Amino acid sequence: MPTKRRVIHPWPLRLTHWLNAVAIVMMIGSGWQIYDASPLFNFTFPPLITIGAWLGAAIAWHLAFMWLLVINGLIYFIWSAATGHFKKFFPLTPRAVLHDLIAALTFKLPHEKGVYNAVQKLLYLGVLFAGIMVVISGLAIWKPVQLWFFCDALGGFYIARYVHFFCMAAIVAFLAIHLTLVAMVPKVLPPMITGGKIDP
Amino acid sequence: MSPLNRRGILLRALAMGAISTLPACNYEDPQNPDLADKFLHAMSYWNDRVQAALFDPHTLAPTFRPDQITRPPRFNAFYDIANVTVVDPTTYSLQLGGQIQDKSPWPLAQLNALPQQSQITRLICVEGWRVIGEWGGVRLSDFLKAIGADTTCRYVSFQCADGYYSSIDMASALHPQTILALTFLGAPLTPPFGAPMRLRIPTKLGFKNPKSIVQLAVTNVYPGGYWEDQGYNWFSGS
Repeated sequence: MPTKRRVIHPWPLRLTHWLNAVAIVMMIGSGWQIYDASPLFNFTFPPLITIGAWLGAAIAWHLAFMWLLVINGLIYFIWSAATGHFKKFFPLTPRAVLHDLIAALTFKLPHEKGVYNAVQKLLYLGVLFAGIMVVISGLAIWKPVQLWFFCDALGGFYIARYVHFFCMAAIVAFLAIHLTLVAMVPKVLPPMITGGKIDP
Repeated sequence: MSPLNRRGILLRALAMGAISTLPACNYEDPQNPDLADKFLHAMSYWNDRVQAALFDPHTLAPTFRPDQITRPPRFNAFYDIANVTVVDPTTYSLQLGGQIQDKSPWPLAQLNALPQQSQITRLICVEGWRVIGEWGGVRLSDFLKAIGADTTCRYVSFQCADGYYSSIDMASALHPQTILALTFLGAPLTPPFGAPMRLRIPTKLGFKNPKSIVQLAVTNVYPGGYWEDQGYNWFSGS
């Protein structure tokens, strides 16, 4: 008798994942161009890797794709809460993270399809938190008068810009790890497109 | 080269390719909008409407203490400070146009004779930096009432001595902190900071605060603006 196989990544997860990928690339690229107009630190992003030929265009891209980022993100959170997807990130203990991190760094951590190891759980929860904070700090910068409560909660407009920057930096760091791991274990990529099948 | 590395490089090449084609299409030639420009325009129009809905006429921009004022003040314009247009205050008068009952021009003395109010507020530039300053002048809502402006119109537009122009929505124009500023840091405005009269509207970004205003009009025809016509979001509310 054939056993029923289950999908590794259900279609709502795949759809929101790839829409988010588009939104994140657009937001980061245009955000770097906006940053360059008034840098917070002693460096600017080279024009080759920014989106928008000048500040006006970059802001237009940023404020257009923020809708995709936020609406797609909300759909992801509602879907995850409704289906219990978030349960996959728990339980999560510091001991498990340490154990799996050492195993990963010594290339002894096997990839189990459909199961997150402790380091993955921590990274995903971390990037979700950065995602929420980048939106809140973005709203604080966009609307420091009408949405003053976001601005106040972050310590004012000046600090909100730094919060926004560091959330971006955290997401970029996550992306670097995420893409490196996909490059190292390429078999995880097709299921993110097709859904994949796994024995129960 | 291992297949793993090849895939990584391919992914990166795809990502770089996707990014590097985008800077070509964006508000570089406003007269000839391409597909991306039209998309950005549509989204900007949508964002105007969202901001108008979000605008609360009773929400005030934050005010600050005198010791928080940015010193020295920061000059900003679309030209260098050496090229500032100087308006002669003795011959100056504000021209009025559009849906206004009494369109007789307003000399500076007449503006100074109206009730004045001052504010220590923050000016946020579209570039990201901000300064705090003290501006004093006439509430725009008081002025619109004094000239018999039709405040059911959608826009108030401004023409400046240096060729700059901009426009704001009527709801923001009637906001209590929106003033026709005549003073800066307690003294009459100086040419680099908008003499003899400028708009000070702390509920919008800096470029929506036109300086050295020579004409004010009330209209239902979308007036645009110097930066707005090049791609900056029109509402640009804070």
